[in-house]
Amino acid sequence: MRERGLYGTTSFGLISKLWSINWIFVLLLCTLAGIGYAALYSAAGGAAEPYAARHGLRFGFALILMLTIALIDIRIIARFSWVFYAVAIGLLAAVLRFGHVGKGAQRWIELGGLQLQPSELTKIALVMALAHWFHRASWERIGNPFFLILPAIAVAIPVALLLKQPNLGMALVTTLVGGAVFFAAGVRWWKFLLIITPIPMAVQYAYEYLHGYQRARIDSFLNPESDPLGSGYNIIQSKIALGSGGMWGKGFLQGTQGHLNFLPEKQTDFIFTMLGEEFGFVGSVLLLTLLGAIILGGMVMALRCRHQYGRLVALGISVNFSLYVFVNIAMVMGAIPVGGLPLPLVSHGGSAMLSIMIGFGILMSAYVHRDVEFSDGRNDS
Amino acid sequence: MIHETKRATIFTRRALLLMGGQATFLGLLATKLYQVHVDEGGRYATMAEENRISTRLMAPPRGRILDRAGTIIAGNRLNWRALLVTEQTASPTETLGHFARIVALLDHERVRIEREVVRHRRFVPIMIREFLSWEDMAKIEVNAPDLPGILVDVGTTRVYPFGQQLAHIAGYVAPPNERDVGEDPMFALPGIRVGRSGIERARDEDLRGRVGAVQLEVNAAGRVIRELDRREGQQGQDVTLTIDAGLQTAILKRLGDESASAVVLDCRNGEVMGMASNPSFDPALFNSGVSQAQWEDWTNNRRAPLINKAAAGLYSPGSTFKMSTALAGLDAKVITPSERVQCPGYFDFGDTRFHCHAKYGHGGMDMRNALKYSCDVYFYEVARRTGIDLIAVMSNRLGLGTDTGIDLPGARRGLIPTRAWSMERGRVWNIGDAIVSGIGQGYMQVTPLQLALYTARVASGRAVVPRLTRAVGGIAVPGGRAEDFPLLGLADRDLKIVRDGMLAAVHEAGGTAGIAKLPDGRTLMAGKTGSAQVRRVTREQRERGFNSETLPWEFRPHALFVAYAPFDQPRYALAVVVEHGNAGSVSAGPIARDIMAETLARDPARPDITPQRVAEQPVP
Repeated sequence: MRERGLYGTTSFGLISKLWSINWIFVLLLCTLAGIGYAALYSAAGGAAEPYAARHGLRFGFALILMLTIALIDIRIIARFSWVFYAVAIGLLAAVLRFGHVGKGAQRWIELGGLQLQPSELTKIALVMALAHWFHRASWERIGNPFFLILPAIAVAIPVALLLKQPNLGMALVTTLVGGAVFFAAGVRWWKFLLIITPIPMAVQYAYEYLHGYQRARIDSFLNPESDPLGSGYNIIQSKIALGSGGMWGKGFLQGTQGHLNFLPEKQTDFIFTMLGEEFGFVGSVLLLTLLGAIILGGMVMALRCRHQYGRLVALGISVNFSLYVFVNIAMVMGAIPVGGLPLPLVSHGGSAMLSIMIGFGILMSAYVHRDVEFSDGRNDS
Repeated sequence: MIHETKRATIFTRRALLLMGGQATFLGLLATKLYQVHVDEGGRYATMAEENRISTRLMAPPRGRILDRAGTIIAGNRLNWRALLVTEQTASPTETLGHFARIVALLDHERVRIEREVVRHRRFVPIMIREFLSWEDMAKIEVNAPDLPGILVDVGTTRVYPFGQQLAHIAGYVAPPNERDVGEDPMFALPGIRVGRSGIERARDEDLRGRVGAVQLEVNAAGRVIRELDRREGQQGQDVTLTIDAGLQTAILKRLGDESASAVVLDCRNGEVMGMASNPSFDPALFNSGVSQAQWEDWTNNRRAPLINKAAAGLYSPGSTFKMSTALAGLDAKVITPSERVQCPGYFDFGDTRFHCHAKYGHGGMDMRNALKYSCDVYFYEVARRTGIDLIAVMSNRLGLGTDTGIDLPGARRGLIPTRAWSMERGRVWNIGDAIVSGIGQGYMQVTPLQLALYTARVASGRAVVPRLTRAVGGIAVPGGRAEDFPLLGLADRDLKIVRDGMLAAVHEAGGTAGIAKLPDGRTLMAGKTGSAQVRRVTREQRERGFNSETLPWEFRPHALFVAYAPFDQPRYALAVVVEHGNAGSVSAGPIARDIMAETLARDPARPDITPQRVAEQPVP
């Protein structure tokens, strides 16, 4: 049975751990993956192959992995934070050196036949490393600018590597995730302002040095109709598909744009469009609500943790998930430049799903072990 | 614990702030979704519809061109082609290498194929080789396993069984050019051909047929997903000509090596039985593209093989014009048929002396004899009295220097000068100009077709209009019966005297056209010779005893001959022009005689033709 007053104990039984898993949250994730299965089934023209079946299989595997991680004591996980971080950075560097070039960037690495995009894992590892750092920080130390130098470098390294790939979108998301952890840890407002203020100038400067395809993305975002067959093509086709879905949609498997391949990368980045065409505005909003519930669930779990590491890790992971959602959906509607971020648990792709589920595993472990005594290494705790 | 509480408080506050931010973002996304889905939905729905359905056109087979007996003049032949679909082969280069070992590919073909491989999408078939022989095709099929991506299919190509003989009439087809393409979406079809000259052009719309269309559902890559709707096209209609292909062959054979043309008309209904222009060209060459060398050879040839001399060659009518002058004079009542004009061999007007071809003159000439002997002085006098304007009106009425109305593109109008025409060019018209016009020299330019038509009109007294098309799609083209043509409004008496003069020229002793008497000895033919000077004969030359046969070829006069037969019941009219053939009586006459004989021999109403039977005969 679940014991409430466990604060101070070092461990509790497996059964009670299972009991304390947030099953509602698990159910939400399963629903989302189920929607993903349906969408991929439709994307393949009404067939489980080649996307949906693999998606289901992967999710099953990832779900078990997630629940397993959830049962591992968060303190053990925390202990390996920096190790994970080092491994992730190593992989990211390896991608640059040995990775496969795809769509104008080196993003993939092949590990024993498995294609891996380490940038996904890097964010989780970064969140863990930052959480670990701030876990040990007293309120006073956070106020000390020198204390922030090391975590700032911890953010800067993967961001620099991602920019080198180049993967602008992911670098931005990584920065934001890191920033969110800094923010939640209590870093002063003015320090953020100090960082943010010069950004517009830097952006303008950076634009000059952007790759042609990145500039094209931004340009075509500002005016997609200007180059309808070039880089604006995806956005226009996506908007056509969404718009033709209307209020109620064309019905499952009835979407023409997706089935006729007008929709680019419909099984990955544009899966939301696929669903939007078939289920209309109502379907889109329902999906958005589900995603919102998952984000909310993650944040609430973060709030309920009684140790700083758990709080920060859970928050960072939730923010990461929410950024995926925002970037992906905004992108397919043409509200921001195409970013190349999948819709988590819905899009086809193993790497993203795995890292998302690993992240949720850690988040749930933090929640399961929310009340454990977790020393921050200071005497007064 | 104090700092832990403080950290927790700050965390809670900031986490809630972040959640607020996240909620805001979700709200914004929902708003934007509403905008895209619902507000702009209608517009995008339309775009989606256009996106998905593509209409593809199917080329209809082109109609055939037949002669009056149904012999194929232009038809379609199956064209076996080898195509390459890039996406069906691992290596297009390798496949092409294999292919070249079976059917040799030329370097320029390889270059073209490689260019197209790069240019087209991977599923678009690329033409490797057209007009495959049966043997090559068999070889390709046998080696199919070594030739992934190679596809053999069949299209059609235009064939002209008579080749050169009917090239100017049938015309030719060629791929559409950019101007055509804007006109009709059908022209964007691969393999479609457009009539570029001759009947192929004049009847292009009938021959072309109606394009078929398939509505296809396609994806963004242009690949066909499924067929939604199919509307069969309609084969082009067959066009039946008035030409007799056998006669045409005979005419061309008779023209031999001469740079010459001949037109045979049915006097009663204007049907063009034969229209030959020599030398000619092979129309099939245009179908696949003409090489630069071939084109230069054609255009630099002074015998102009590409030009249909029968309808577009312009010549001075020379003495063949004299019937027109005579009719103009009679109609204007400035002369009577019996009035005699003295011919001393020359005609003085002011300071100028105009010569007759008979150096010492013909003596006293009435109209019939003037036509028989082709006396120039007589017609100088008639022309002087009549004036150029009335001569022009009459010759236009007879079909010279005007649009003949034939359904053949490229036929030229020619020119009969008038005073107004001269004034427009800022030149004062002299009576002298009218005088030389009386014998068909000077500024006058007419086509052989016009000469044949003129002869037919003189023979029939009706404003016959020539035509090449008898039927389209098996339905007779309206018109084409003698009654359909109005009378010219000339006095029978006037026409009779002119016809008699032409008969005398052929059949009476001393007539200039005696050489053209028909070999059967009983069919009467009316005819008139002519020779058109290419450059003026100077007095010096005349005094030295001018002989045009000693001139270089291109300066020799053209030889002309017009005739109709049978005399008592005119059926066929013809005109022959032999370029630089000297006197009409020498070179053009015998040709005209033989062509007329051949024409009459091919007449289904022969041999026992009687006036009654001709009258009873239903006009085809």
